[in-house]
Amino acid sequence: MTAQLGKAIARRLGASLVSLVFVVVSVFFITSALPGDVAEALLGQAATPDAIASLRHSLRLDQPVLVRFAGWAGGFLSGDFGTSLVSHQPVLNMVHDRLLHSLLLAGITTLFAVPAALLLGTLSAIFRNTLFDRTISLLTLCVVSVPEFLIATLAVLVFAVQLHLLPALASISDIHSIGSFLAAFSMPVATLGCVIVGQMARMTRAVMVNVLSSSWVEMAMLKGVSPAFIILRHVLPNVIAPLFNVIALSLSYLLGGVVIVESVFHYPGIASLMVDSVASRDIPLVQTCAIIFCAAYLLLTTLADIVALFSSQERARA
Amino acid sequence: MPVLLALFWLLLAVIGPFIAPSTPGEVVSSTVFAPISTAHLLGTDYLGRDVLTRLLFGTSSTVLLCAVATVLACSAGTFLGMMAALKQGLTDTLLSRFMDGVISIPSLLSGLVAVATFGSSVPVLVLAMACIYMPGSYRTSRMLALSVVRKDFILVARMRGEKTGYLVLREILPNMTGPVLADVGLRFIYAVRLLSNLSFLGVGLQPPQTDLGSLTRENLLGLVYGAPAVIAPALTIAVLTVGLNLALDGKGQRR
Repeated sequence: MTAQLGKAIARRLGASLVSLVFVVVSVFFITSALPGDVAEALLGQAATPDAIASLRHSLRLDQPVLVRFAGWAGGFLSGDFGTSLVSHQPVLNMVHDRLLHSLLLAGITTLFAVPAALLLGTLSAIFRNTLFDRTISLLTLCVVSVPEFLIATLAVLVFAVQLHLLPALASISDIHSIGSFLAAFSMPVATLGCVIVGQMARMTRAVMVNVLSSSWVEMAMLKGVSPAFIILRHVLPNVIAPLFNVIALSLSYLLGGVVIVESVFHYPGIASLMVDSVASRDIPLVQTCAIIFCAAYLLLTTLADIVALFSSQERARA
Repeated sequence: MPVLLALFWLLLAVIGPFIAPSTPGEVVSSTVFAPISTAHLLGTDYLGRDVLTRLLFGTSSTVLLCAVATVLACSAGTFLGMMAALKQGLTDTLLSRFMDGVISIPSLLSGLVAVATFGSSVPVLVLAMACIYMPGSYRTSRMLALSVVRKDFILVARMRGEKTGYLVLREILPNMTGPVLADVGLRFIYAVRLLSNLSFLGVGLQPPQTDLGSLTRENLLGLVYGAPAVIAPALTIAVLTVGLNLALDGKGQRR
């Protein structure tokens, strides 16, 4: 690792940190843009002015916005994420279990989706411009264009309604055996998998086509090197870094999908918690969930950029 | 081709509500989730309302809201992008840093935060979508404008002492209209996806207003009976987004 590369990575990490601070600050200031509204929304129209005033006082809404931000950020840094306005529980307790559930869902999906997408993308690149490639291209284009909920709806229609194969609702509370585990997870995982396989296969195809049509692969083919040897010796070393970049970028699309999938299948994860908190305008919960999501998204995009930096370094040396 | 398709959807959005067979809130039948028939071309929904009517109104609001948001996002984004490319220096750095910050928040998340704070109404949704998709448009047009700015005729125009407004509108913009229009199409698709997702989650357009996402959501129970009430709006979204994306894709490949 050269000093130049180290500097580039440090600069990228610095930029991500700035973005994270930007996100945290803007989430706070956007959500506290209408200070009186939260108290009024919580108590309804029939509330007396006294009740609103006392609630505003207990929520510290009567203090200046900068004072509240300092208190909020201080609490955030020391692990105190505030108290839910609706259930009056500490946000940390509500988020903790849900986050684990979501990570489990995301992890299982990644385990299936990454190999599937790499395989599909590579096959379309090898058999490019054939009927197979065009079919895959059309299918993945459809998947990336339509809203995520449409895929979930379609999956329910096919697997739960028409074929009666799987239950439409996931209940991870009563998992006792492998069978019930599969039943609970297969629908959300299949739907979420479709969403990111579409993205990832398209990007994988682009990377592979780029390498396969390069002059050195053509040279190896002309030399009469066997296809298997070309793939292992010439193609693979050149695509590992860009493919890691593709994977990290596609996994950041997981976040958008997870919101829809958890809501459609009533999966008790952090994204469905966030949608519920948006519907009930439970601001402390919205803030915490939004920041967790943004942090995860930034982590993945930063990782993708750092891998890209490494790969451009490799190419510069070669 | 993409322009024709866009015109078709806009036309449908404008005249759709006028050619609807009944009014969207009216209960026209005692049967819920009725199948396709001559009386009700697309059957009835979960309350016995005419699906074709509601679909026309829903398509209209989805297309019009997203079109307005896209036009706002892209005109602001393109203008700022061209300004950044022309001025460079501090203006460029500050604008680009700010846009990078905004773009680092996933779109669905920004939408949810905006709705949680300001409540769900048409102006909030349109403005939120405009803010969410402006940075992407800014990035694209800044890149495009940077290559135009280097050309000789810009230098000549600058030597003539032309004002910034003239440079941006008469010299730079006409030389990047094609790619900018393709970018507008893509942002429109993203906007349709976002609005439909939000409405499907129940935090987008609120009743009595409908759009394609909320139509799918409210009739989801009809999935069990294979009712057109849920299939029609879902299919409309798919045709709208996939069709436009295919048209844009085909145009990109021919070039």
